Amino acid sequence: MGLGSPIPAPGSVRQVLASATPSRNSFARAVADLRGGWAQRQLWAHLGWQDIRQRYRRSVLGPIWITISMAVTAVALGVLYAGLFGNDLSVQLPYILVGFIIWAFISGCISEGSEVFIANEGLIRQLPAPLSVHVYRLVWRQMLFFAHNLIVYVVMLVIFPQQLGWDSLTVFPALLLLGINGAWVALLLGIVTTRFRDLAPITQSVVQLLFFLTPIVWIYDDLLKNAAVAERARLVEFNPLLHFIEIVRQPMLGQEQHLRHWVVVLLITVVGWALTLVALRRYRSRVAYWV
Amino acid sequence: MSTSEDRPLVSIIAKDACVDFPIFDAKSRSLKKTVMGLVGGNITTETKVPVIQALRDITLTLEHGDRVGLVGHNGAGKSTLLRLLAGIYEPTRGFAEVRGRVAPVFDLGVGMDPEISGLENIIVRGLFLGMTRKQMEERIDDIADFTELGDFLRMPLRTYSTGMRIRLALGVVTSIDPEILILDEGIGAVDAAFLEKSKKRLAELVERAGLLVFASHSDEFLRELCDTAIWMEHGRIRQQGGIDEVLAGYKGRT
Repeated sequence: MGLGSPIPAPGSVRQVLASATPSRNSFARAVADLRGGWAQRQLWAHLGWQDIRQRYRRSVLGPIWITISMAVTAVALGVLYAGLFGNDLSVQLPYILVGFIIWAFISGCISEGSEVFIANEGLIRQLPAPLSVHVYRLVWRQMLFFAHNLIVYVVMLVIFPQQLGWDSLTVFPALLLLGINGAWVALLLGIVTTRFRDLAPITQSVVQLLFFLTPIVWIYDDLLKNAAVAERARLVEFNPLLHFIEIVRQPMLGQEQHLRHWVVVLLITVVGWALTLVALRRYRSRVAYWV
Repeated sequence: MSTSEDRPLVSIIAKDACVDFPIFDAKSRSLKKTVMGLVGGNITTETKVPVIQALRDITLTLEHGDRVGLVGHNGAGKSTLLRLLAGIYEPTRGFAEVRGRVAPVFDLGVGMDPEISGLENIIVRGLFLGMTRKQMEERIDDIADFTELGDFLRMPLRTYSTGMRIRLALGVVTSIDPEILILDEGIGAVDAAFLEKSKKRLAELVERAGLLVFASHSDEFLRELCDTAIWMEHGRIRQQGGIDEVLAGYKGRT
């Protein structure tokens, strides 16, 4: 089922200016798309919720299944890898659990982002609406998944207490950054994959690969201590996802936080949005023709 | 945009607007062909995407109070024109501007979710049409009365018959307050008594709407709701004028 969006909030006047040649106006229209979509938050917030309830409709436990499946995966992998790496379970399990919760958000934004417009084809063709509505709905849905998974995190805190301090509060701006980046990734990927359909399956494979290249089940610091692989392990710094994971995971585990992760993430946010705005300006009006 | 401030709040203006659809078949839509085309330096006609020229040089001005009927054969470009006027397609060449809140009704069921109840669907469909949740909640009783569905409204939509779904969809659509109403005929499969009732509501809806564009094959319906008409042929406007005049011309040809 694909639901998506319509018209700006009542009261506001919708404006569609269109001419074939990209004029200086087209940039304003790209921004107007983002703002118009934001103005319809009543709609996408409702739809995001509905997506979640939809998935578990007619099941007894409903959305709690999100929480349960996360708990099962994290515990199983935690036990497995604690044994494999010879780590203490109280270290490995929280690490994997938190990493997994964040990864679920990131991979959700990327892989669903690659289908965001294709999946909403019907709505895009039937209703005049800012494209960003579909993207906000996607990011919001991922945030709701994240919130469900936090229950597992809270239970974990009871079993394996972490040393959370005031500086753990940085998790909130970190999550905000995660969401802001999720939005541009979905928007940009959505535009490109709508035009080139082969990119959607490619994206899915790349996401799977990235899971192994990102320190989620393996602990980066442990590898650095091992002289034999430290050199190669350091390459992971080039993986942008490492930094996104770390700015959220470090505060959630009460670990020491590093400024460089924040710097990289902020840089990616700015560059990513700049790139996305250029793409949106150029191709926004084409998406309705491509879907 | 200060120059357009003095224009009326509700209007549709198009100047030489063209709509061309690129037709990507499975091959040309893929990266492979694009990349190979670039590498080979052979970007000629066979790598170019075929294009369907759906609309040609559409020039029109519609303003508040206009009631426009749209006639033409299948494939003449009626639906595409409606989508252009709704702001869904932006012209590939030329210019089009839509001012005002648009409620397009091409497909009565778009945005309806079979798994949620009729009541919830009323709200969602209303949100899709640009209403707020509060506005829709105020209208629920009115819509429930109109649809005559009673307790069925609490059941999931998937349990409804086709006719019941159309009742629900019509009930919602005719309860909104659009500035620009774009209607594509799709009003079949409703029993005669209900159609009579919905005609009245439809007429009231059109009364409330600032601007109406209505595509239909039914002369009777067109005459009832519209005072002017546009005759589309091969993606162009063939004739534009009073409803009787255009209908006479259109019928004279066929």
